[in-house]
Amino acid sequence: MPRRANYERELQDIFDKLVLMGRTIETAIEKCVKALTERNEEAAQEVFEEDKQIDRLESEIEQACLRLLVMEHPMATDFREVSAALKVITDLERIGDQARDIAEITLQFNTEKYTKRLDNISQMAIIVIQMVKDGVQAYISRDLELARRISATDDKVDNLFNTVINDLIEQMKQKPGSAKQAVRLLMIAKYFERIGDHATNVGEWVEYAITGTHPKNEGMNM
Amino acid sequence: MDKFDISVKNCDLYYGDFHALKSIDMEIQEHRVTAFIGPSGCGKSTFIRIFNRMNDLIENCRVTGDIIVGGEDIYAKSTDVTLLRKNVGMVFQKPNPFPMTIYDNVAFAPRTYGVKRKTLLDDIVENSLQKAGLWGEVHDRLKKSALGLSGGQQQRLCIARALAAEPKILLMDEPTSALDPISTGTIEDLINELKRHYTIVIVTHNMQQATRISDETAFFLMGEVIEFDNTKKIFTNPSKKETENYITGRFG
Repeated sequence: MPRRANYERELQDIFDKLVLMGRTIETAIEKCVKALTERNEEAAQEVFEEDKQIDRLESEIEQACLRLLVMEHPMATDFREVSAALKVITDLERIGDQARDIAEITLQFNTEKYTKRLDNISQMAIIVIQMVKDGVQAYISRDLELARRISATDDKVDNLFNTVINDLIEQMKQKPGSAKQAVRLLMIAKYFERIGDHATNVGEWVEYAITGTHPKNEGMNM
Repeated sequence: MDKFDISVKNCDLYYGDFHALKSIDMEIQEHRVTAFIGPSGCGKSTFIRIFNRMNDLIENCRVTGDIIVGGEDIYAKSTDVTLLRKNVGMVFQKPNPFPMTIYDNVAFAPRTYGVKRKTLLDDIVENSLQKAGLWGEVHDRLKKSALGLSGGQQQRLCIARALAAEPKILLMDEPTSALDPISTGTIEDLINELKRHYTIVIVTHNMQQATRISDETAFFLMGEVIEFDNTKKIFTNPSKKETENYITGRFG
């Protein structure tokens, strides 16, 4: 029997649950995009269910991490992985909330037609889905290069967001009647932009777990 | 001795044919707490005992290399070992008060070094007990036997006794392993206070203790220093796989 078999099992359990949480979030974002672009109400409803599961997983992982910190005093790589997991789940849970918020807004459009194509917002969605996938994958495979690439990608999301804002402002000027829809789309774009930020945070904590250095906080380097 | 640091270069130690410490290099800075960790039998206690030549008492023990304590080569022929042990105090795992009064325990070293005047001895005793955080608990029973104190108090008495010799360096070999968490906490706070005036080297099996009180940590394994670095670094991001395996409990 390996040393500290129980401890190993608990660490593995946290890892497995975090992978499941990541996968559930990927699905939730994909479905909220489907709800948005294909006007698919069923997909929106499914996102609500997934968000509940994401919240449940966050709570379970949090409890498991805190228990492990108190009872097992993880050190070195174990410590970095458990503390990174505690931080990562907060960002993942927020991403889940934002997917739910987007799904909620898509239901408010009812049968109303979009006044223009959602090219830029769809592009934002495609990029942030990949960022979230990369964050989860970097955590799973301890891939430092992949983790670091996420923050670079976030600049693209921010640029697209600015384009979306300008387009929607222009649209509101030209067609004041579309203001309500424009504001809703603006909120959706903002949620995607925030998902990009949270994915970036995930990448940074994965980098900390791998290297012991958090890119935004040199002072906590250990 | 006016410096408080320790410099070890290429140190080997043999118990007869057994090669117990292998080519150790280490610089211990003054006014720092340096922790030695490692599995039983790895050589950490053997190594700490080099600094005040406690190993001299062991038959067939042979030490080679440069051991510079407070700027002086302590294995030089001219070294006064009694003076060395005055400058480099030691506290052991099990509290070992002498079977005499609390006062006499603390006054033991200064008396040995020739202090006779009562008022001066009184001052040294009070001062040492104050530094060891014990004065408040024993000032009204200094003439009572030290053996009547609790384990934690006895250990602080041993620290006071060591401090009464006015050492520069304090060696502690698992000083809290026989104590309850309250006494352990008191002694850890004390170590944190004492490092302003002394250089402290501590052997501990309690990794949380090493993280709480030490500035640097050395990991020993089978007579070698595997890694010696900043304590935070050792416990959160060690450079060597062996260190990682040991501190995460996956050793062996």
